[in-house]
Amino acid sequence: MARIVGIDLGTTNSLVAYMDKGTPRVIAGRHERAMVPSVVALTDNGLIVGDPAKEHLTRSPERTVYSVKRFMGKALADVQNELAYFPYTLTEKGGVIRIALGEKTYSPPQISAMILKELKLRAEAFLGESITKAVITGPAYFNDSQRQATKDAGMIAGLEVLRIINEPTAASLAYGLQEKTQGTIAVYDLGGGTFDISILKLKNGIFEVLATNGDTHLGGDDFDRLIADLFLADIQQQFGLDLNAYPDHMQGLRLEAERAKIRLSDELKTTAALDLPEGKGRFTRELTREQVEALCTALVERTLGPCRLALKDAGLSPTDIDEVVLVGGSTRMPLVRQRVQALFGTQPHCDLNPDEVVALGAAVQADILSGGTTDMLLLDVTPLSLGIETMGGVMSSLIRRNTTIPAGAKEMFTTYVDGQTGVDIHILQGERELAKDNRSLARFRLKVPPLPAGVPRIEVTFLIDANGILNVMAKDMRTGDTQSIDVKPSYGLSDQEVERMIEDSFKFAADDVSARKLIEARLDAGALLTTTEKSLSDGGQLVSPEDVAAIRSALAAVAAAKDGNDPRAIRARMAELEQAAKSLTVAMLDDSLKKGLQGKKVSELT
Amino acid sequence: MDGHTHSTSDRRELQMARSMCWHCQSEVSGEYFCDRCVKVQPVSKELDYFTCFGIPRRLSIDQQQLETKFYELSRAFHPDFYQNKSGAEQTISLGNSAMLNTAYRTLRDPIQRAEYLLDLEAGAVKEIRTTPPADLFEEILELQDTLNEVRASDRTSDAAASLRAALQSKRATLEQRQRDMEAQIQQLFGQWDALQDRGDATEQARAERTRILKEMRDILSNRTYVKNIVNDLVATIA
Ligand SMILES: Nc1ncnc2c1ncn2[C@@H]1O[C@H](COP(=O)(O)OP(=O)(O)O)[C@@H](O)[C@H]1O
Ligand SMILES: [Mg+2]
Repeated sequence: MARIVGIDLGTTNSLVAYMDKGTPRVIAGRHERAMVPSVVALTDNGLIVGDPAKEHLTRSPERTVYSVKRFMGKALADVQNELAYFPYTLTEKGGVIRIALGEKTYSPPQISAMILKELKLRAEAFLGESITKAVITGPAYFNDSQRQATKDAGMIAGLEVLRIINEPTAASLAYGLQEKTQGTIAVYDLGGGTFDISILKLKNGIFEVLATNGDTHLGGDDFDRLIADLFLADIQQQFGLDLNAYPDHMQGLRLEAERAKIRLSDELKTTAALDLPEGKGRFTRELTREQVEALCTALVERTLGPCRLALKDAGLSPTDIDEVVLVGGSTRMPLVRQRVQALFGTQPHCDLNPDEVVALGAAVQADILSGGTTDMLLLDVTPLSLGIETMGGVMSSLIRRNTTIPAGAKEMFTTYVDGQTGVDIHILQGERELAKDNRSLARFRLKVPPLPAGVPRIEVTFLIDANGILNVMAKDMRTGDTQSIDVKPSYGLSDQEVERMIEDSFKFAADDVSARKLIEARLDAGALLTTTEKSLSDGGQLVSPEDVAAIRSALAAVAAAKDGNDPRAIRARMAELEQAAKSLTVAMLDDSLKKGLQGKKVSELT
Repeated sequence: MDGHTHSTSDRRELQMARSMCWHCQSEVSGEYFCDRCVKVQPVSKELDYFTCFGIPRRLSIDQQQLETKFYELSRAFHPDFYQNKSGAEQTISLGNSAMLNTAYRTLRDPIQRAEYLLDLEAGAVKEIRTTPPADLFEEILELQDTLNEVRASDRTSDAAASLRAALQSKRATLEQRQRDMEAQIQQLFGQWDALQDRGDATEQARAERTRILKEMRDILSNRTYVKNIVNDLVATIA
């Protein structure tokens, strides 16, 4: 079976990992960094992803997308109150958010697909084989639409998504593998944009999730905002300047707030600084850990409610928890550690790198699916209750939250009017009484043969699969015929839309590859120009004036090509330059050898 | 276990024994995998949860044994282990896992287990009670009034505060009542299991069986009623 990689598609950072003879390992890119910032920027040379894209946050904020995960499976109305924080433009089409980048708009799954593709390329380069299958992680508290959006992103990136696995449970797999732990554990995962808590029972290789809870809109980003708002007010007061009018500086401010926050995890005091626009000089401000903790404490408290609910649903009290595992960058904050420790009364575990543990776990799950690991099995749950709307707009629950998946429920439907040919069904997810307070997942119309009222009997099966994604089937109990159901998702892409995006992505892929080639060729040309010019000034006297002239003209040709858009032309001119500079290179080598020998003689003489 | 099995499950086992492998058409004898082609078999919809777990149809069950069997069957059915198999096998694995999870959830919880057993033995029990149990009649009417008063009152007023305090003490009483009923059910569990273990087919045993089932049904529906009232109460105080 072809290799399956594990991918942590994070709000802030994404990683890819694979299983190396029983040990999961993350795959590092250049500079040995395994984390790819989940940032996509549109540049004059096309779309770029990761570290280089992150540099564009302050340069072209309106064309640089970050934290796209917050928009997965959402409609514009869901994120209305935080739109002001994002410098890029969000619109909506058919219940799906669209992000404007230049002339085009992209759905969140398409942006996520670009990040996934970067990871796919990275894995392919490292493993030397084509990668087409993946396990992708998502927050445990993701609803059906958000999971579906994650799966769509994978498909658009050319990956068959064999499983969507919950981030905290992925982390538990990585821990379980390492420790061969038994007992009851709590996994507390606080990243950039999401919070999850999962309570698991580990026994003889079975990882049974007892309960999960969380908040898909709570994380380090929110801490950064509070700090940035503090700076913003200060700047207003000291300089009479409203930085909101300067999107690039606002991004600079956000990043500086984040850096200060991160430093304060190790230090008690730090200084934040930012250059201001309009020649207003430089803003500096001292910030203490105490101040940041005062700001963030309410948010950290907000994570404890879901922890208590999860415990309650698991039928446990804090003292029943044997171990607490911390996952996600934000758990490095001392305040978070204190609160978690106080709640569970046990020192949290953080032996594995909290940045990598989710990706490592995804690789373990990938290995289970490919048949490599056979002694471990994850039994996860659905985080939210699933039901249908009944008379009077009330939600009738079919599958309760924290039910082990796969989970199924059957419901019989009939008609109220003679000759009625359809029954409309509205599927919901959530814990509230009224349909309108829950998340609408989908609607569909059940086809019914025209018969007297009450005679038709259609059995509908709702099945939540191991990905936590809903499948619906219907069967006419009188005839035994099964009916295929065309479910229209309330918030999400239709199959046709995903199809089209996959096609588009091939087009982008071609653009992307040539953009990448151009960028790399330019970088290499720049490096060659610098070294050759240096050689010429150091050793120009060692070769004939004709050689020097030839080198100079080749240098000019490379410089000209570098300003153009053709990577092949750049490479050709570079080859010519190397050829022309050969005599110089050889002469310099000889010279340095001679000097080396002379040096020796000198030292022997003295 | 004493070797006696209830007649209905005997019949079900027989049914299973006669089924054929969907893949190689050879006879499958009661287990979940075909002896010949080793393909997974769909768990029959007729199969009751007790039989599925290979345990006798009793109300007191060994939780440890149940869990061990659940893990064992999960390893046999879970979709994770069918990724490289045919589409047909993947579908069976999904259906079997979902069924297994429902069965485990039902049997693990004593109340759900009792409701399920009643359903098996005497047909649907989920008749929803709309009037309070006789011995709680007065008390519950009074409570309903208080609840309405609280809902109508200004939340911050002193009157509302004292009403809420009254409700808190009612809540304690009702919760105690719920626990009493659960204890009563546990007693019936013992009686039921003893009757099954004896395996008598006398007139008297049949009467005893009917009595236990009826009592159990009454307690369960009273308990559901009280539970709903308590939920309502908690929601109102909150
Ligand atoms: N030392 C630290 N102290 C506080 N916060 C940190 C630290 N390191 C990283 N973070 C925060 O963690 C978040 C990213 O965590 P990560 O687990 O990578 O997120 P995600 O899973 O959402 O991509 C960011 O908000 C970042 O600011
Ligand atoms: Mg994460």
